[in-house]
Amino acid sequence: MRRELYQGMRAGLPVALGYLAVSFTLGLEATRAGLTAAQAALASLLTNTSAGQFAGFTAIAAGASLAETAFAQVVINLRYVLMSAGLTQKVAREASLPERLLIAFDVTDELFALGISREGRLQPAFYYGMMLVSIPCWVLGTFLGAALGALLPEVLLKAAGVALYAMFIAVIVPPARKSRKILLVCLAAMAMSWLLSALTELSAGLRVAIVALVLSGAAAWLPAGREDAHA
Amino acid sequence: MPEWLVYNLVIAMTTFLVRALPFLLIRGPIRSPRLRAFLEMVPYATLAAMAFPDMVLSTGNTLSGLAGFLSAVLVGWLGGGLIRVAGAACLAVLVFELIL
Repeated sequence: MRRELYQGMRAGLPVALGYLAVSFTLGLEATRAGLTAAQAALASLLTNTSAGQFAGFTAIAAGASLAETAFAQVVINLRYVLMSAGLTQKVAREASLPERLLIAFDVTDELFALGISREGRLQPAFYYGMMLVSIPCWVLGTFLGAALGALLPEVLLKAAGVALYAMFIAVIVPPARKSRKILLVCLAAMAMSWLLSALTELSAGLRVAIVALVLSGAAAWLPAGREDAHA
Repeated sequence: MPEWLVYNLVIAMTTFLVRALPFLLIRGPIRSPRLRAFLEMVPYATLAAMAFPDMVLSTGNTLSGLAGFLSAVLVGWLGGGLIRVAGAACLAVLVFELIL
């Protein structure tokens, strides 16, 4: 239990550093919605999600209704349904419902990527370890971004922002190298994601959900996709 | 209650519910081979779709974004772990942004 917690904290450290940079820009956005640094930090403590919070702050700034704001959150966060569904099968069998719900609180793109790629079953303690280092950084970064504004050179923020995307790459490339099926799904997902982002006005969250539904579905239901299924 | 708090509570609640729903509905192992094959592919499809083209576009300069993306793929392919992949991508973006 303790070892899992410690390993989770170590695994979460690079994510936490990336969060520091991303939430910094989130804090900037929050001030545009009229929030103070402390209010923005509290918002980040309650919700850990970049795209959803960006959309939320934009909605507040634009004076959107509560119902509109909630609906936009559901749409943007739809991909988390798929991620959580994946994690239900990955998490240790004996994990209790409260433990599962605590994990559910922090199903972010990055922690999902690390949790799902963990060897063997995912122990709740490992996930808590990741949360323990990444949530404070998310909150602190939001606070600093709102308080300090654009003091940091933009080029540093850009470079650091890329780190989180690089983590997705680091998770998918090794298995894609070993399995032709995974490689095909990844390439098709990138192609479809690119097409959708170029041709439509879909939010990033909804686009990802659509791509994942269609391509995982195709991989599972098409005869070619089942050939090397070893599940 | 102040308005900013109401909005952020609503955002927090909806986000949590979306994330918690599958954990509430799916308690045990899924037996259907198709559904299992589906869920097995979800991580790869979601992560690939999130990385591309967003990573390339994230810097506001397609060239530096592309450099970051390609370095990440290359270092990952060569067996570099999370930190090396992320480091390579950051470095590539920095170099491109500062030089070009």
